[in-house]
Amino acid sequence: MSGSMEFLLWTKGPMFNIAITIFAIGLLVRIAEIVMLGRKKNFAEARAGEWLPGLRTMLTRTVADPGTFQRAPFNVVVGWIWHIGFLIVLLLFLPHIALIESLTGLSWPALPNPIISLVTAVTLVALLATLVHRMTHPVKRRISTVEDYIVWAVVFAVVLTGWLAYYRLVHPYPLILGMHILAAEIMLILLPFTKLTHIFTAFIARWYNGAAFGRKGVQS
Amino acid sequence: MSELTLAQDRTTPQRDATPSELTLERGLAAFRAEVDGPVAAFFSSCVHCGICAQACPFYLETGDPKYTPILKLEPLRRVWENDFTLWGKIKGKLGLQQQVTDEMLTEWEELLYDSCSMCGRCSMVCPVGNDLALMIRKSREGMVQAGHAPEGLIAASVRAIKTGSPMGLQWKTLQVQIEHVQTSSGLRVPVDQEGVEYLVLLSSMEIINFPEYLEAITKIFDHAGVTWTLSTQCFEATNAGIQIGNKDIAAQLVERVVAAAQTLKVPKVISPECGHAFTAIRWEGPNLIGRPYPFRVFHIIEVLDELRASGRIKTEGMETDRLSMHDPCNLARKSGVIDQQRNLMNLVAENFVELKEHGKFQWCCGAGGGVSSNERAEPLKMAAFKRKKAQIEEVNPERMVTMCATCRTQLEEGLEEFNMEIPVVGLTEMIAEHLVEKN
Amino acid sequence: MAAPKTTDQTLGASLRERGVSRRGFMKFCAATASMMALPPSMVPAIAAALEQAKRPSVIWLSFQECTGCTESLTRSHAPSVEDLILDLISLDYHHTLQAAAGDAAERAREQAMHDHAGEYLVIVDGSIPGPRANPGFSTVAGHSNYDMLMETVEHAAAVIAVGSCATFGGLPAAKPNPTGAMSVMDLVKHKPVINVSGCPPIPMVITGVIVHYLTFGRLPELDEYHRPMAFFGQSIHDRCSRRPFYDRGLFAKTFDDEGARLGWCLYELGCKGPTSYNACATMRWNDGTSWPVEAGHPCLGCSEPRFWDAGGFYNAVSVPTSPSGAAVLAAGAVGAIAGGAVAVSAKKETKAALTHRQPVTVEELEAKL
Repeated sequence: MSGSMEFLLWTKGPMFNIAITIFAIGLLVRIAEIVMLGRKKNFAEARAGEWLPGLRTMLTRTVADPGTFQRAPFNVVVGWIWHIGFLIVLLLFLPHIALIESLTGLSWPALPNPIISLVTAVTLVALLATLVHRMTHPVKRRISTVEDYIVWAVVFAVVLTGWLAYYRLVHPYPLILGMHILAAEIMLILLPFTKLTHIFTAFIARWYNGAAFGRKGVQS
Repeated sequence: MSELTLAQDRTTPQRDATPSELTLERGLAAFRAEVDGPVAAFFSSCVHCGICAQACPFYLETGDPKYTPILKLEPLRRVWENDFTLWGKIKGKLGLQQQVTDEMLTEWEELLYDSCSMCGRCSMVCPVGNDLALMIRKSREGMVQAGHAPEGLIAASVRAIKTGSPMGLQWKTLQVQIEHVQTSSGLRVPVDQEGVEYLVLLSSMEIINFPEYLEAITKIFDHAGVTWTLSTQCFEATNAGIQIGNKDIAAQLVERVVAAAQTLKVPKVISPECGHAFTAIRWEGPNLIGRPYPFRVFHIIEVLDELRASGRIKTEGMETDRLSMHDPCNLARKSGVIDQQRNLMNLVAENFVELKEHGKFQWCCGAGGGVSSNERAEPLKMAAFKRKKAQIEEVNPERMVTMCATCRTQLEEGLEEFNMEIPVVGLTEMIAEHLVEKN
Repeated sequence: MAAPKTTDQTLGASLRERGVSRRGFMKFCAATASMMALPPSMVPAIAAALEQAKRPSVIWLSFQECTGCTESLTRSHAPSVEDLILDLISLDYHHTLQAAAGDAAERAREQAMHDHAGEYLVIVDGSIPGPRANPGFSTVAGHSNYDMLMETVEHAAAVIAVGSCATFGGLPAAKPNPTGAMSVMDLVKHKPVINVSGCPPIPMVITGVIVHYLTFGRLPELDEYHRPMAFFGQSIHDRCSRRPFYDRGLFAKTFDDEGARLGWCLYELGCKGPTSYNACATMRWNDGTSWPVEAGHPCLGCSEPRFWDAGGFYNAVSVPTSPSGAAVLAAGAVGAIAGGAVAVSAKKETKAALTHRQPVTVEELEAKL
């Protein structure tokens, strides 16, 4: 028997465990690689401490400086929209919270489903916009690799299947729900091996940046 | 520490029968030696968003996407991925690694040198926090060892080591300047004076192009009662080793400064109106020689502002024309000297207008990071200047003020190129002109 | 019904013989049409078809089961079980319901198979220890379930698997499945199999499938699990009275909170309605009195494959079936060690390279000019 329900149970059972294991091992490999390399001792007299500016940059880099915003408004706004949309849907949709709670014991209030579905639709449009931008903007086209398109496809698939599942547009439902979970699991598996790692390492990178500049008296 | 090891190695250079040469293998080893936690974090985090290009005058003014900052770092990225990641090692087993070749480095020489002034603006805007300028600096270490540095910078480095000045300037040239300053100011320029507060360093470009700087500090220090000296042992503050990107050359040049300061037993060293000289001696120097300094380092602007704050500089009269100011990248964004020059401007200028993006978000003049010493980069340097030109046109000042000889030269040449009659002055000179005459 | 009845008699004749009025017959046809979601215009067609239909012989086999399916059937109201047994079919063999016992009962089965070869229907409830399992796990009259099933379906017109054990293996097949239990469709490949899943299935669905077969003379449209679309075409979630609360994001957090009393959605309490296909929400139970979700309990998804092994009954649909935070932590630790090892070895190599690092000399640089 290999019907839609068995497929769903496979994604919720063995495949989930495989994905989360690869994700945990892979991510910790990446973080250990970074942390273990460390930095050399700095002998230059510091103007200021490193920790506070580092922590500040971890937060402040989320918002583009006004000049960059003026020069690349599309890039900045679309990037914000889909990141925020993705996070809202990921963290504030009730089924997702139930999943997180089952793993960590932590939970928080969910947003009403109609808001989630609206945010999802906006996120999908924004993701399409990023693809068009990547394929048309000379800089993005020049620096894009196969990986960029694979990662885009996986992220888009996660959101799209989630949206289709929410509206129950594919029958039978266990099939589309399973596809959504599988897409998310593929994203988890790819995360440590692709640029998706930035979800975690960007904060390390920002800290290093803020610390290096902060040490020299500049809040970066 | 590795720097110490370097220093030891230098004292006992191994010499084979055949002369050693710079090779790809040495280059790759040098790239590898530059990979650390931050580099790994940065490359792990890049999402190819292309925002760094929006901060790069070389991309913005040419429109050529190959000048996207993150793309310039591809050789270092490959070395990191291949040798420092589990994933890269697995790829290696499968034969899927992207290797760094001599051909690649030849192509990247233009990207890493001609089209980057290491201004660090991209490091300020990268959404994931990548310090791209730092990685350009690191990449150049590999490029030099692989024999892929531009001729202009090689020549400057050789001259700096051999003659003490990247422009081949000798003490006797400076001696002529000193005599000229003494005659015109009636003040003595102290040379090789032990136990004074400050050792003053100069840059060759200043000595040649802007001799008024030496006269200005002579007057200001006399006015403020500061004890200082020049050193015949070492007068050059600039560091071609930093610009070409080689620790060995750079460390030797730093050691000369340290030796001179120790000989004269000064507690403080002043870096001149030169951007990279300041970052070289202030931030990189102690790490290049692998030990902290027995003295402190200041930019002349920092010293002047301190004198102003403690009331030791008394000025009279104000500049009345519309003045604007260019922050050197190395001074503002890369060293945190931002408020000081504004305090000084407000002391002597009543019609000071800021460029729109200034301070840590200023735009590079296009000449830094060794671009101005790299003759073949001239067209790119002028292209990059167009960003600065547009900024200047926006506020339409009558004169520009700056505090870096390289920036000043670039501004003068650039404005002339575009037939804009806007003189450029050094801030130190401007302060000197307003000193209250002593009774 | 010890003596096998002739099934040559048409259904109409049989009904008239029993004194059923034309009016009563049409009422029955109308109820059947509405149950199968057919338009009222179909009623005359159903009546005409049933009038001419011959009562099929039915052999009911019970294997590894709990008799819950039969219990469910005997509580059917429209059509009632009397209607079913007396009017629509000739139930020639059923352990629980037949009067005959022992050899006589088995003979009745053999007789029916012989008399109506190629025409009789087989209804199965309960799962079957598979061909590789110990045949002694479940036997009837000395025959293993497997042998009896295969022998009986040999000349059947079709097989109707009733209940989740017969359709999907059910509880007996739940991990670790000690009897090697299998479903009817796992074993019967050469005959049409109709699955009426549920634990137990809705009684009207069982009769509805038979009526459909009689009316149209063919099997109803089936879904991927061979379930009739007329009853399993829509999910519990889609027809649930609590659905508007799901759409508005109003969820009961516990069984006795305000939300639960106000009829809010039971998603968080583990309702499997979103992934379950059955007609509970529309047909309801106990003569249309209520059904589990309306009564305040989440749907268990009993009409779906492997519902016993699909994670906790009170875990939300989105929760993995065997989530383990500890396993994730362990995996993370392995990763940290592996990553640390890579970094340390790379760093070591770099340090070694540094000690043998050749400093750049002026001569080397000059050679490049």
